Amino acid sequence: MSELLPALGQVAVLVLLLALTVPLLGRHLARTYTSESHTRLERGAYRALRLDPDADQHWRTYALSVLGFSLVGLLVLYALGRLQHLLPLSLGFDGLPADGAWNTAVSFVTNTNWQWYSGEAALGHLVQMTGLTVQNFVSAAVGMAVAAAFARGLARTHGAGRVGNFWVDVVRGVLRVLLPIAVVGAVVLVLLGVVQNLAAPRLLETLSGGSQSLTGGPVASQEVIKQLGTNGGGFYNANSAHPFENPTPLTNILAIFLMLLVPFAMAWAFGHIVKDRRQGVAVLSVMAILLVVSVTLLTWAEMAGPGSAPALAGGALEGKETRFGTAGSALFGAATTGTSTGAVNSTHDSFTAPGGGVALFNMMLGEIAPGGVGSGLYGMLMLAVLTVFLSGLMVGRTPEYLGKKIGQREIVLVAAYVLATPVVLLTALAVAVTAPAGVAGLQESGPHGFSEALYAVTSASNNNGSAFGGLTSGTPFWNTLLGLCMLLGRFVPIIAVLALAGRFSSQRPLPPGPGTLSTHRPLFVVLLTGVALVVVGLTYVPVLTLGPIVESLS
Amino acid sequence: MNQTVEPPATARDAAPDDASPPTRTTGVLTAGQLAEALPGALRKLDPRALLATPVMLVVEVGAAATTVLTALDPSLMGWLVTVWLWLTVVFGTLAESVAEGRGKAQAASLRALQTETTARRVRGGNQARNAGSLGDLPTDEVPSTELRAGDVVVVVAGERIPGDGDVVEGVASVDESAVTGESAPVIRESGGDRSAVTGGTVVLSDRIVVRITSDPGQSFVDRMIALVEGSERQRTPNEIALNVLLSTLTIVFATVCASLWFVADFSGARQSVLVLTALLVCLIPTTIGALLSAIGIAGMDRLVRRNVLAMSGRAVEAAGDVDVLLLDKTGTITHGNRQASALLPLAGVPETDLAAAALLASLADETPEGRSIVTLVRREAAEAGRPAEVDGEAEAASGTLVEFSASTRMSGLDVGDRVIRKGAASAVAAWVSGTGAPTTSDATAELGAIVDRVSSSGGTPLVVAERIGDAPARVLGVVHLKDVVKDGMRERFAELRAMGIRTVMITGDNAVTARAIAAEAGVDDVLAEATPEDKLALIREEQAGGRMVAMCGDGTNDAPALAQADVGVAMNTGTTAAKEAGNMVDLDSDPTKLIDVVEIGKQLLITRGALTTFSVANDVAKYFAILPAMFVVAFPQLDVLNVMRLSSPESAILSAVVFNALVIVALIPLALRGVSYRPAAADALLRRNLLLYGVGGFIAPFVGIKLIDLVVSLLPGL
Repeated sequence: MSELLPALGQVAVLVLLLALTVPLLGRHLARTYTSESHTRLERGAYRALRLDPDADQHWRTYALSVLGFSLVGLLVLYALGRLQHLLPLSLGFDGLPADGAWNTAVSFVTNTNWQWYSGEAALGHLVQMTGLTVQNFVSAAVGMAVAAAFARGLARTHGAGRVGNFWVDVVRGVLRVLLPIAVVGAVVLVLLGVVQNLAAPRLLETLSGGSQSLTGGPVASQEVIKQLGTNGGGFYNANSAHPFENPTPLTNILAIFLMLLVPFAMAWAFGHIVKDRRQGVAVLSVMAILLVVSVTLLTWAEMAGPGSAPALAGGALEGKETRFGTAGSALFGAATTGTSTGAVNSTHDSFTAPGGGVALFNMMLGEIAPGGVGSGLYGMLMLAVLTVFLSGLMVGRTPEYLGKKIGQREIVLVAAYVLATPVVLLTALAVAVTAPAGVAGLQESGPHGFSEALYAVTSASNNNGSAFGGLTSGTPFWNTLLGLCMLLGRFVPIIAVLALAGRFSSQRPLPPGPGTLSTHRPLFVVLLTGVALVVVGLTYVPVLTLGPIVESLS
Repeated sequence: MNQTVEPPATARDAAPDDASPPTRTTGVLTAGQLAEALPGALRKLDPRALLATPVMLVVEVGAAATTVLTALDPSLMGWLVTVWLWLTVVFGTLAESVAEGRGKAQAASLRALQTETTARRVRGGNQARNAGSLGDLPTDEVPSTELRAGDVVVVVAGERIPGDGDVVEGVASVDESAVTGESAPVIRESGGDRSAVTGGTVVLSDRIVVRITSDPGQSFVDRMIALVEGSERQRTPNEIALNVLLSTLTIVFATVCASLWFVADFSGARQSVLVLTALLVCLIPTTIGALLSAIGIAGMDRLVRRNVLAMSGRAVEAAGDVDVLLLDKTGTITHGNRQASALLPLAGVPETDLAAAALLASLADETPEGRSIVTLVRREAAEAGRPAEVDGEAEAASGTLVEFSASTRMSGLDVGDRVIRKGAASAVAAWVSGTGAPTTSDATAELGAIVDRVSSSGGTPLVVAERIGDAPARVLGVVHLKDVVKDGMRERFAELRAMGIRTVMITGDNAVTARAIAAEAGVDDVLAEATPEDKLALIREEQAGGRMVAMCGDGTNDAPALAQADVGVAMNTGTTAAKEAGNMVDLDSDPTKLIDVVEIGKQLLITRGALTTFSVANDVAKYFAILPAMFVVAFPQLDVLNVMRLSSPESAILSAVVFNALVIVALIPLALRGVSYRPAAADALLRRNLLLYGVGGFIAPFVGIKLIDLVVSLLPGL
């Protein structure tokens, strides 16, 4: 019982923090993505980039902008990685191999932040700061921009396929939202003990007489955006388990708060943008329900979980930091997989089998509880459209969401979205467990080894980036495969989302009435939750059976 | 619009009674029906025919694969699964075949109408557009199949009308029972709104000249046959969209099963193609996939059974989406035959003057209102002991009848220098003041009071005025016409309102009258003193607001509005123009049926949604049956997930496959009949159907698979 109270206490603190900040940030986000005025700084940026900030882009132009922007980011990151030994502040590290540079470039551009390397032993400060940290900001801003474009598409009445201006969305997302919160957050983190310097590694003599090289660096500044932008790429290999990144339970809670803040606030902003706040609350409720269920299950699994070792030890403490305990690790684990963060403060490989299953299932749902910054919202909205289509017919009208009809062309786009991730994930999984090079990377045999492979492709395809551990992923095979998963898992859905936004934008909305399915009532919230679990979840039941479920039952 | 043609009373009586749907055979599936449909079902197994339903095509490919594999490596389990996979496909095609079969009998009787007849074609009739007497031109005898649109034919009593057309000369009674099922003959005459005739119907009396309006193979009867047989069925937009989604789910589950082949291999639990195929067929949405087209055909069929022909499936779907119903007051909301109930003369006008003028203006007026005025005046005269004939009645025959028109909204009689008009208050007042009468006087004030009193009591004031010579016209008084609202309309409108549908009453009456009747009937809105242009404008306005509009009409002047409306139901008694403009035709010419049409549209969509939800919810239980069975040998601990305690892995897989097939057959009646439907608000409907088909679809397979397993486990050697 003594452990339960702190467990509930940290949840209570988190809920309180979110309840206070989400509506405020939500309103701010809505203004950010709908306001027509530019700040002086932004105007300067547009002039420098030779952009017309008042141009309203057709969804195709918008999508091409997303792809072009991401492609440039990818090339720059690739070059930085390959050439880092020629650049200053490299700390003496060599350039990355081709497959490694590809994997890292894709990983950070897609907001996945899967790390095949140890940050402190492979990357210098310049790459970390100008490459990774910059992508941590802009890849998050891209996700938010796509979600904002989708919300605007739904809100518009005569949009003619236009959904807004990508460049303005990215610039504002960074300047008005991410950067200010990151600055404040970084200062708070430094105050709470997170490292921030540009020092060279320090050699220390350990108690046992050996020597250890301790790398310092701009940790706090990367740490805050890592959580805030649901990126998850740690400065250190140990990620948020490292005492320089996440020194105390307080920074732990703050990290979790930062992960959840923007995704929930995007849902709130959605309500503002479509001018019906109840819609935002409904979407937010589904996210919250799924998160609460997964936190509960994961905490239960880790604190009282099955298995003889945890039972003897009074909890599954293997692979967890004692300063956070099982509850602090479980909460972090649920938040990091429910969002697309993928930061870890414990080894998910060492979670109990059902605990690992919950983390996997969170990602498999497409990270909608509450999901990545932006991607959580558009993922949930795509599911809402699907729900309306599947069950909305039962009210005796052809399906519509927020007054926009879902006809053949709309459903094709929803179908593309629904298809993309499972097909990428399951194909990659089949390849990974069949190819000798794939199997070679697995640490364990049997169901747990399978879980390692399953976790890796799930994390990559859903752009989560958390690692199960146990998998030796820094091989050309895994780097290439996971890079492809991340790339397809990010951009195919984004194109479908933007295309649908364009379709909705050109539709004249139908007025709601008592005959139309209301999408803000508890009934719809339950229905949407059910569709997420049944339609998306069921896809993965067979593979989950062979991994975590078999493990749990043994 | 008070000229709406009153449908023959018998036709209305013949319309199916809402209160007794069970008397119709809809939805009852007999063994005989199944047997009859079987050959058609087997023909539909052709993979090319199944392309339209990708879900079933995948099942067929799976069945073919297991057939080959089992033939190479025979086992009882293999053959059983193979047989049931084939049965799954057959049950799917059977559903469609049964649905189509129900229209076959009707089509056969319609085909009888198409027997070739000899037509007497007027020579040069297709050039003569407005020639006065086409009927007197020489004719050629030609087979009816040679007639083209534009040809003119002469038809006399006892002959079959050789093709669809409009009567251009003459008047005749026509037996249309073969098309409408209504035995009482109907009058067809040139001009006006009753000029359309249907090929195959029989002229009973007189002689008419008909201009043919359709080419061979495109006649009304041809279209009816195609519709009831379902052969020309085009899939509706929502059906296509649903098919896209079902195909998507199929691809997802195909990927799941294909990847499972490799994954299971890695996990040391190698699976056979047979088992993976069984899993695939159980997971893909076969239930809705198999029944989707049957639901669509049955929806059209339900309309046909109500004697409504939808010219496109799109219209049936649109009917479910309707937000606004435009209903003509007369014949729809009220009985339509308004009766004159009192004569209300102005002060200073003797009642006999008003009676005489009203009578004279109505003598040649064949509308029910006109006849009722004559009846009233004669009865009052008889009661007062006055002679039945009024002054001037003898000369009236030589007078000129001024017919009612929708734009003047007056009718009357010009005889000598006497001009009598009766009509809507505002129209008559405008006419009177137009002749130089003062616009404000005691008389106008008094008239206003009478008109308001009549109107607010729900009646229709018919103002009578006369003008002698060049003197200003003067108003004599008001005839109080009573309009009786049909029983049960109030309740129906309340239901519609609960469904979110707004009803707008269209009437030529003045605003006050219209509002009184609207209040009595319980409609939401009124378009009073409506001209056809107003009607069209109203439809456009509603559509501009994003609403879907349904209306019915019969006249040529309704055609633009019928074409503009999302759902336009033309009355069969109406003109060809109206029938061409609408997307549905009501053979009973019953305007009330618009409400039924909307309900059938909603029921169609609900049935589709309910079975989709059911189909998807089924998957949970199937996983619980099949997954433990697949892997329990490699991982004995998975036996815990065998919550149904199925007897053996083989039995579990087979039971799931059998359930999956049988559930299709079990749901055929539901697909054909449509789910039971009560008008209600969207949220109430969703809650009810979700509970029934969502939660039901979740639970049913647990029970069903367990029961089948009890039987299957008795099979020796499995």
